[in-house]
This record gives sequence, C-alpha cells and structure tokens, in this order.
Amino acid sequence: MLEAPTNGRAATPPLLRVTDVHKMFTASNGTVEALRGINITIGKGEFVCLLGASGCGKSTLLRIIAGFERASRGAVAVYGTEVDRPGPDRGMVFQDYALFPWLTVKENIIFGPCHRGVPTSDIAKLSERFLSMVGLTPFANRYPHQLSGGMKQRVAIARVLANDTDILLMDEPFGALDALTRSKLQEELIDIWQSTKLTVIFVTHSVEEAVLLADRVLVMTAGPGRIDCQIKIDLSRPRDVSSPEFNVLRRDVTRRLTSHIARDRRVGATADS
Amino acid sequence: MGPQIRAVVAPISGPTTIQVAEGEGSRPVAVRGLRQRLCAVALAAIVPLCLLLFWELMVRWTGTRLIPLPGDVAKMMWDFAFGGIYNDAYSATLPIHFWKSVQRVYGGFFLAAATAIPLGLMIGRMPLLRAMLDPTISLLRPIPVTAWLPLSMIFFGLGPKSAIFLVFLGAFYPILLNTIFGVKSIDVRLFEAAEMLGCSGSQLFRSVVLPAALPSIFNGLRLGAGFAWILIVVGEMTGVPEGLGAVIMDGRTLSRTDLVITGMIIIGITGFLSDRILLLLSNYFLRWSPQHHA
Repeated sequence: MLEAPTNGRAATPPLLRVTDVHKMFTASNGTVEALRGINITIGKGEFVCLLGASGCGKSTLLRIIAGFERASRGAVAVYGTEVDRPGPDRGMVFQDYALFPWLTVKENIIFGPCHRGVPTSDIAKLSERFLSMVGLTPFANRYPHQLSGGMKQRVAIARVLANDTDILLMDEPFGALDALTRSKLQEELIDIWQSTKLTVIFVTHSVEEAVLLADRVLVMTAGPGRIDCQIKIDLSRPRDVSSPEFNVLRRDVTRRLTSHIARDRRVGATADS
Repeated sequence: MGPQIRAVVAPISGPTTIQVAEGEGSRPVAVRGLRQRLCAVALAAIVPLCLLLFWELMVRWTGTRLIPLPGDVAKMMWDFAFGGIYNDAYSATLPIHFWKSVQRVYGGFFLAAATAIPLGLMIGRMPLLRAMLDPTISLLRPIPVTAWLPLSMIFFGLGPKSAIFLVFLGAFYPILLNTIFGVKSIDVRLFEAAEMLGCSGSQLFRSVVLPAALPSIFNGLRLGAGFAWILIVVGEMTGVPEGLGAVIMDGRTLSRTDLVITGMIIIGITGFLSDRILLLLSNYFLRWSPQHHA
C-alpha cells in the first residue's frame, strides 16, 4: 500500500486526482472525442461510481486511470505522482474476469506477489487470507474453466487485493452475471470494502447499482464524454433497495442521467456508440 | 444410480403397472469401462480387417506378381524383426534400422522445436522482428523438402546429418507457424491483467506468453512430428545404409515389394505411437484447458 506523502507544509495530496483529461481516438474514418475536460478528485477510502450509458467514455476513463490507455491531454496523479502505466497500486477487475486459465485459483491469486518478489512464507499466508476473504478456500486447486461466473469474479477481486492495491478499479464487474449472483457479490464487495478500507472506483450503467454501492455518483454523458454532475449518496449501509429514501435518490439520479439523453435527442445530436 | 422406476401405462381399461427395473448402475464401473474399450477397439479394427481382406482377394484374383499377399508381408515382417525364415541381409535387422530412423526423426524434430518455439514466441510479440523475418520465412516455406535434397547433400555430405536437416526443415514450419498463431491469439486482457499485477517486460514471456500459447504450440508439435515421420523416407534417400526409409528404397531397387510394405507399416505404427505419446504429454500440460482432451 502506498503511503500518502507528508511534506510538512503543504496539505497531503489526494489519493487520486484526474486533471483536465482529454482523449481522442483516431481511426481511418475520422477522430472521435471520447473524453473532454475530465476533472476528478478522489480521497482515500471513498467508493465512487462512474455512471453513464454505453459510449459515454466511462470505461475509457477507467482505463486511463489504470494506465492501459494514455490521455491525449491532461494527467492522472496518485498521491501527487503522475502515473501513465499500469501498476499494482491501481488494481483492475475486468468484466470478462481475465483470469489466467492455466493457473489454479490459488496460483491466480498469488500471481502478483510472486512476480514482485514477496518471500514464499508470506505468499502462503496471503493466499490463505484472500481465499477465505472471498470464500473460495475449498476451490483453491480448481482451474478457472471449472468455476461459475460469480466465482471467477471473486478470484479476480482476490488477486487484486492480494497484490496490495490502493485503488480498486472495477469495469462493470457484475455485468455478465445473473441477478442473484450479482446482488450477492455486491454485498460481498461492500463487506470487503468496509473491512479493507480500500478506495473503489466502480463503473456501471445501472442506476440502482450505483445508488446501492457508492458514496458519490459521477454522472457521465456522451458526445463527447464528460462528467455532468456529481451526486452524494448519504444513506447508511447496509442499504435497502426497497426503502423510500433509496428510491428518492434513485429517481433523482435517473432523472439527471436521462435528461441528457432526452436533451440530446431533442437537439438532434447523436451519441457516439 | 439406484434402480430405476419405470411406469408402464396400459390403455385406460387395463391396470397401470409400475415396474422396478435394474438400471445400468447395477453393474460395476470397471466392467463397463472395459466393455466400452473393447467396443472401441472392435470398431477401429473393422476397416483395417476389411482392407486386408480386399488386398488378399484382389491379389489372388488378378494374379499379379508385383504386390505380395498379406500373408507374405506378415512373414517378411516376422523375419525382419526376428529372423529365421529367409536368413538374408534383412533378417532380424529391424531393431537397427528402427533405432537409426528414430534417432534421426527425433533429432530433427527436437532441433526444429528448439529453434521454432523461441523464434515463434519472439516473432509473435515483437513487430520489428516479424517485419524482418516474416517475408523471408514466407518465401522459403513453399519450397518442398524434396527440393532441398541436393543442397542438403552438398552442405552435409552423404549420411545422417543430411537426413536430420531435411526432417528439421519439415518439422520447423508447422511448429513455427502454430507458435506464432498461438501468441497472436492471446487475449489482450491477459497482458493487461499481468501488467496491472506487476509482471512486466521479459517476465511476461515466461509467465503469460508461453503458457497461453501452449495449446497452439502442442498442435504445431503434433503436426511437426507427423511431418518428421513422413519425411524420413526422403531424408534417408541421402545415401544412408541403415534406416526404415533406406530399407524402403532398397526394397524398391531390389523389387522386393514385401520389404517396401513392411517398412511402410512399421513407419505407420511408429508414427502413430509417437503421436499418442505427444497426445499424452499435451493432455498433461494442458489439463487446465477444457478443449484439449483427446
């Protein structure tokens, strides 16, 4: 885990700061402006959701933060230090799991520590700890193709946690799962977040999921992708999807999100997909 | 599985009877497995037996002297392996010829694997290397191995080195191309995940590229091994005195077709066995892959 640098006179820089990020994609048939003027500040321990329809650039933004893409303009800084490549401090959980199929569950989880030279005695302890954290201890020696989608995603989360990450980046991680598994994993994610006090940036297109999980929801719109507004979710956890407070917030967020689609339709602009 | 209950429903007027029948679960598993395997062997044996019969009938019917009867070939094979029937230059010489051929086939094959796999891994990952080597490789590929025979004899003289070179050429391309294909079809996400977890640069080769490309590499190895056996006959036309290919060529010169067919059968069986061994190895190394079990 990175330590926030303390240099005495100045205030500690936030865990993550995205400054004026722009992203253009050039293809043979023209350029697409995927992101324009993104400014975000995220503090340690926050759970932030990037919410938006398909094509608004939320995944692109997450990938820029993760270091898989370079911003055309602007910078991403972790504790004040600029980052432009992937690293263990920003652990990514993909929608299609991206587990290593030739490794068992346990070997997948300890992949990061093994490659960073963690001593073998610590590795054994790490694997036990994170296997039990995601409830997969009896499956330690199974291969990914023998697991269900929910189990695979648990392995993906465990391997990022085992690698001592600061920020958990999640790109619609539960999108490929059925509704029951999804709600179970959402609960487990909140439990893990509360016990490890990690920072989470969660990309989703589901308003309910965003209101259920996040402290702060950043609503993104397309054409070009930008952050439209930010909504604080002040409900206490565990949150009840059927409670009136939840649904007030859900309606509010939905209104903000869809007003742009309605406006875009009226103005006649087409959202890039 | 316990006894199965089947309901037999008779027409409305009659009574409904329920029978308890003993299902498959009553017989022990080991016996069932043996029966399945015997069935598989029996099915596999049908076509060869029919072919043997066809061969026997055709030779007897046409009265040709050019092709021996299956019985004569069987006699030759016995003599070739153990001697005692003809007592000529080929009696009981199977072990020597077999061993020489095996040495050359596997020598060429391992040489091909040892060069093609690392080269394929690198070409797959480094665009610069690919730009430099791909045109040359593609140009050399269509040249049949037989066309290399004269040059091979000039480079390596008469003898086994020449044969090994030709086997090497034949096995090299399938292994190389399948390795490159294997590397290029690795899901980009796996590289992103690996880099995100802290694995970078040359570590990626050992930890991600090689294991992910292994299924394709094994495909290439099986194809290469197959070609190696096919080419041993060509390879041993370079003037080696011993070897299964040499025996076939001798048989042709001496008009001893039984010798030719004996050599062919033995190469076929050995190639088959060597492929099975490779298959066993690949089933072990690829036990994590759901598609790779034969």
